[in-house]
Parts: sequence; structure tokens; C-alpha cells
Amino acid sequence: MERTWNNKAWFMVLPVLLLVAFSAIIPLMTVVNYSVQDTFGNNVFFWAGSEWFEEILHSDRFWEAMGRNLVFSAIILIIEIPLGIFIALNMPKKGWGVPVCLVLMALPLLIPWNVVGTIWQVFGRVDIGLLGYSLRALGFDYNYVNDPFDAWVTVIVMDVWHWTSLVVLLCYAGLVSIPDAYYQAAKIDGASRWAIFRYIQLPKMNRVLLIAVLLRFMDSFMIYTEPFVVTGGGPGNTTTFLSIDLVKLAIGEFNLGEAAAMSIVYFLIIMLLSWVFYTVMTAYDAER
Amino acid sequence: MARIDCNHIRHAYGPHPKSDKDYALKEVHHAFEDGGAYALLGPSGCGKTTLLNIISGLLYPSHGELLFDGKDVTNLSTQERNIAQVFQFPVIYDTMTVYDNLAFPLRNRGVPEPDVDRKVRETLEMTGLADMAKRKARGLTADQKQKISLGRGLVRSDVNAILFDEPLTVIDPHMKWVLRSQLKQLHRRFGFTMVYVTHDQTEALTFAENVVVMYEGEIVQIGSPAELFERPKHTFVGYFIGSPGMNVMPVAVEGRNARLGSQTIELPGAPKAGTSGVIELGIRPEYVRLGASGMPVAIRKVEDIGRHKVVRASFEGRDIAAIVGEDEDIPADPKIAFDPAGINIYADSWRVEIGG
Repeated sequence: MERTWNNKAWFMVLPVLLLVAFSAIIPLMTVVNYSVQDTFGNNVFFWAGSEWFEEILHSDRFWEAMGRNLVFSAIILIIEIPLGIFIALNMPKKGWGVPVCLVLMALPLLIPWNVVGTIWQVFGRVDIGLLGYSLRALGFDYNYVNDPFDAWVTVIVMDVWHWTSLVVLLCYAGLVSIPDAYYQAAKIDGASRWAIFRYIQLPKMNRVLLIAVLLRFMDSFMIYTEPFVVTGGGPGNTTTFLSIDLVKLAIGEFNLGEAAAMSIVYFLIIMLLSWVFYTVMTAYDAER
Repeated sequence: MARIDCNHIRHAYGPHPKSDKDYALKEVHHAFEDGGAYALLGPSGCGKTTLLNIISGLLYPSHGELLFDGKDVTNLSTQERNIAQVFQFPVIYDTMTVYDNLAFPLRNRGVPEPDVDRKVRETLEMTGLADMAKRKARGLTADQKQKISLGRGLVRSDVNAILFDEPLTVIDPHMKWVLRSQLKQLHRRFGFTMVYVTHDQTEALTFAENVVVMYEGEIVQIGSPAELFERPKHTFVGYFIGSPGMNVMPVAVEGRNARLGSQTIELPGAPKAGTSGVIELGIRPEYVRLGASGMPVAIRKVEDIGRHKVVRASFEGRDIAAIVGEDEDIPADPKIAFDPAGINIYADSWRVEIGG
């Protein structure tokens, strides 16, 4: 085929380029700008080089928040991925149950994040919250305001309630795309329920699971709104994740340089870990 | 291998079938002989896949019973029936190697590993997959994948029958020939009972010794390819087999003559019985002679399809097709004659015997 060269075509990309520039590149550059400068006010900046980065990487506060983030994301993935697969496997494949289940599953996803936080904040209160009050009445010493463990449990259960549906819906989409012939062939081959899961369903869900793991990892690693509303990062610093700490640093303490450096490190870590997940999970695909 | 008897089998997908229309399978009463190669031929929705799934146990019939070598298996599960089935789209276990794919049905049945290995190696040889035993099944071509599906059936030496559900649908045309002849070879060498569902007449006629033609949930004719071609029992078989299909035209029969408009066609004999209802004359395009003498026709179109030409003409106001040789000329004043050997008479779509 003859190729047509027309350099005017580049102008067609210009609007998108401008849009991306204003929405992503320029803000990011501002952050980079702050991260290498210092200010004492009056809009006077001077060069700080890598000082902020060194400070961040040597701060215990940063690494503790990072540790909390990693533990939180690990727990979220360990709970939500298997639970999501399990629910998807048990959802009806046809009949009136399908729309009912899909709507039920979609509901938590439709609720704004801060509303989710508020719901659980009230739900968990020991004086008026259904959950908190009931647990108390049953004799549990539950109080997410004072007890770090209870605070963690509350935030995790809230996230599982909010986001497992996403995993379910993705897995369900993967499952219903498997042609009947696979199940029929498995029957003829005498495969057990486990073998059907292991050799048909799981491989066919491979791609959607990759998406589910990536989305759930990134989102949980960036979690902000819900714990901010429920615990505000407390008690103490026990539920202060990187994002909450970042906001404290930037807005609470107005430490723009350090906050900017932290943002960049945070961003690079998310990118790096996502890349690792992606590479590991697709390595299987490439294997022939 | 086993002989398969279908005893008055009927099947409806709905829960409360009332009339004949509710049945996907109206009534099938037929025996598939041990070691036979059968093709189930028919258009989409005629019930052929339903019948196949009833034999394999993926479906349980609403009425009737199924016997394998005289033993009632109607209520047995697919595993217990010991059947192999190859589907329209190749079903392979993506994450396994070719070897493990073939070993899967045996391992599921708890066969000891040395026996598994021996059987899998035999099957790899049989299907010509030996070179790729160690490769992941997902990377193979469609025809190789379909061979794996077949191999998973062959590996169990005790299967009662191998069923094929339009297995060559997604295979490239040149590979279809190869696979089909390999299937035939396997059948000759090992004598499996094979039932092959297809809507492609070429596939059915080349694969099977016995072709079972189905139409609207019923078996309309069972016969060798030649019988189906020469003496279609039902006008549907005439239309469906052959390219182009049989010419069917309404006629009035009087003794040894059939009248169509102003023309009288002499029959090879008087139809024996049952010439009430709608009477039709069927003749294949191969038996319509185009020449200078006979009944006048108006030619509308000539399709040159390589080995021969298909002449589309209008005869007494009806469409008729005739096949003429590649080198034959089309006369300027065309007339047609019917070869008596190719004339069939139908009453209400079913064939009537013609006396001598």
C-alpha cells in the first residue's frame, strides 16, 4: 500500500497534546519544580537540589507510612482477590438472578468515596453506630477511635466492602466469556471441580485478574478519602498512610518542597510496583 | 467401541412440551452400528447437535432410551458413558503442554502414570503431534488444537464412541481435507464408532459410510452418499444435497405421464401408490439434458464454475437448473429433456416408488 505523508496531520494531535499538557504534564512539572527548591515565603525561591529527597528518604515518618501502605495493600489483595473470585464463581450464570446480583455488586461502587467513609464512620461508632454498638453489646471491646487494631480492622473491612465488587465484576466478565464447550469437554474428560477451576476458569480469567490486581493495588496504595474520614489517620499515626501524610505535610505544615519530593517518590514507587506486578503476571502469557 | 441404539428418543428444551412443534427432536429411532462411521447432516437447528449431546450425555432426553451394546445408559452421566466428543471450536487446556492435555482424561480417572505415558505416546503418534509434545497447547494453530481435542478422546482406548460436532468449522480449507482424510484413516485402522455432525454435505459425504439426514427434528433419510444423491426420500434431501440442489416442480400424474403446464413428461413407470396430496417431480440438474430437442426453456443465466456450467433457466414459468459440461455449447434455441433414470416422484414431500 502506498503511504501518504502529510505533516499537517500533526496539527490534529495538537488539541490532545494541549489537554494532556495542562492536565498532567504541567502540574507534574510544578511538583518537580517545588521538589528542588526551597522558600521562606514572599514567593522567593532558591535552589535546594536533592536536599528534600534526601530528607524524605532518611525520614522515619516516611518509611513508617510506607510500611503501613505496603501492609495495607497486601492485606487488601490477599482478601479481595480470592474473595472476588469466590463470589464470581458462585454467581448465577443465567436467569433472573443475574441482574439482581449485578446490581447488588455494583451498588458499593456507585457510592462516592467520602460517603463510604461517612457511612462506616457512623456505622462503627460505639454510641450510635449499628456495628460498634452491636459489637459492644456482644461483649467485644471494640473502639476504632482508641484502638489501633480496631481502626485497622474497620478500614480494611470498609475497603473490602467497597471494592471487592470490582474484582467480582471483572472475574464474572471473564467467567461468562468461557464457551460452554469447555465445561462439556471437561465433563467428558472426567475433570473434578477443582481441575475445572485450575485448568479452565483460572487461565481464562488471567487477563481480567491482572487488571483487577493492578487496579486494586494502585487504588489501595493511594487510599486517602475513606480512612481520612473514618480515622483521620489515627489513633496516633497508626492509620496515617502516605497520602494522608502527604496532605498533612503539604497543607497542614505547608512544607511544599518536602511534600513535592514525597509526591515524586510516592509516584515512582506506585509505578515501579505496578510494573513489577504487570511483568510478573504477563510473563506467564509470553511463555510458549 | 459399542453399538448405540436410540429407542424412540424425543427431546424438548422447554419444560412442558404440548405439540410436535415444542420438540427439538421429534422422534429418533435408529441404531448406530459398532464401528460404523456416521454423519448427521442437516441445516442449523434441525436437531443434530441435540441428538449428539443426548448420545454423549450432556443432555438427557425427555422421552425414550439410549442403549450402548444393549445396556441402558439413558440416565448415566457423561463420564460413566465413556464417550469422547470433539467440539466445533477446539477445546484445549491453555496452561498445559500438549502431552499434559492428552494425559488429562487419564489422570482424572486415576490411571497409573506408566500407563498414562504409554497411552499418551501412542496417541501422539496416532495424531501426528509427537514433535510438539512438550509445547504449550495455547501456541498451536487451530487444526493442531483440534487434533489435541481429538487426541483426548483417542487416548482412552475403551471409549464407546467418538462424537464430532462440526469439528472443522474453524479449520482452514486446505487443512480440512488433511484432517478429514486422517480421520478416515483412523477409522479404518482402529474401527471406532464415529458420529460426525455437520451441515456441510461435502464433509458428510466424504467422511461417512452412512449419512443420516435430519430435518426439523426428524431423520428423513439414512443412506450411502450415492443413495442420497440418486434417490432422495424427501424433497428436503434433494434440495440439501447436491449443488445446485434438486429441481422440484409440482405436476399432475396420469399413469406413466406427468403433466406440467402444457408439457407432458414421460415417467420411467407408473407411481405405485399414494398419488394423492401434493405431487411433485424431482430431478437433479445432472439429469436435465440441454439440447436441440425436447421441451422449450428460456435461459436466464449461465454460471461457469470450473469443471462444469450451471444453466439457470425458466421452464413453464418455474426456475430450473441444469448442469452441462465445460466444453458443451449452449444452443440458441434451447430445449431440455429429463433423463428417466433421474426422475423421482414425491407425494407430500415424501418419495413414491415408481413401478417398472
